[in-house]
Amino acid sequence: MTDKPDRPAVTPHVAVLASPLKRARGLGSARSGSGAWWAERLTSVALVPLTLWFIASIISLEGTSRAGVIAWLQAPVPLVLMLCMIVATFWHMEQGLRVVIDDYLRNDVMRMTMLLLNRGVCAIAGLLCVVSVLRLGL
Amino acid sequence: MALSIAHRATGIALSVGTLLMTWWLVAAAASDHAFAMVQGFLGSGLGVFLLLGWAAAALLLHFFLGIRHLAWDAGWGFGILAQQEPVGMGSGSRIYRITGWGVIGVTVLATLTVWIAGLISWR
Repeated sequence: MTDKPDRPAVTPHVAVLASPLKRARGLGSARSGSGAWWAERLTSVALVPLTLWFIASIISLEGTSRAGVIAWLQAPVPLVLMLCMIVATFWHMEQGLRVVIDDYLRNDVMRMTMLLLNRGVCAIAGLLCVVSVLRLGL
Repeated sequence: MALSIAHRATGIALSVGTLLMTWWLVAAAASDHAFAMVQGFLGSGLGVFLLLGWAAAALLLHFFLGIRHLAWDAGWGFGILAQQEPVGMGSGSRIYRITGWGVIGVTVLATLTVWIAGLISWR
């Protein structure tokens, strides 16, 4: 046998007894990234008309009595639009704050705590709004 | 750059603002007394300031910046003008800079409109 100087003295070997496919699996995208991205756009687009409608409604409701608010929500269209606005707003808020928390909090425990707190607050505040609106409108 | 952080700052401010909306709706559903309390707060100096600042200025800036973001997502706003200019100072003709100033202008106009409409309706 002739000597081959270009070959390393120790031949490389596979440390883990697994196929390349097996080793690559589970390390990549969880395949949920595009869903989150799409949901952000969905709520953004929905909130464009809903926000304009909400601002106009608030201006028209200025200084109104409680009976006035109830009368406003008794009509089906404002009730449904309010429900849409509330769901889209709190969903959008959860998405936005999640990005901010992910970006600025480096400590894992702190980050996870804030992410859970964010979800909790958004869900509870959103449900409070939905239930209140339904109670007034139904 | 400045507008990017403004989008986040207004987003966080608006998140606090939604809690005010929650209080208002819950109070309206709860009782006359609770509703009178929240209306009293909203009619106070601090309340009017928060409404004009949150409900108008921050919300509208976030609104128009968000529309610019949606346009970017759709592929619009980084056109040839943006690519031709060298990176650096004085690149005022970049499309994103033009739309950035456009956002500021539209926000100011819309905010004034909402404030005036709100004050007229209040009288």
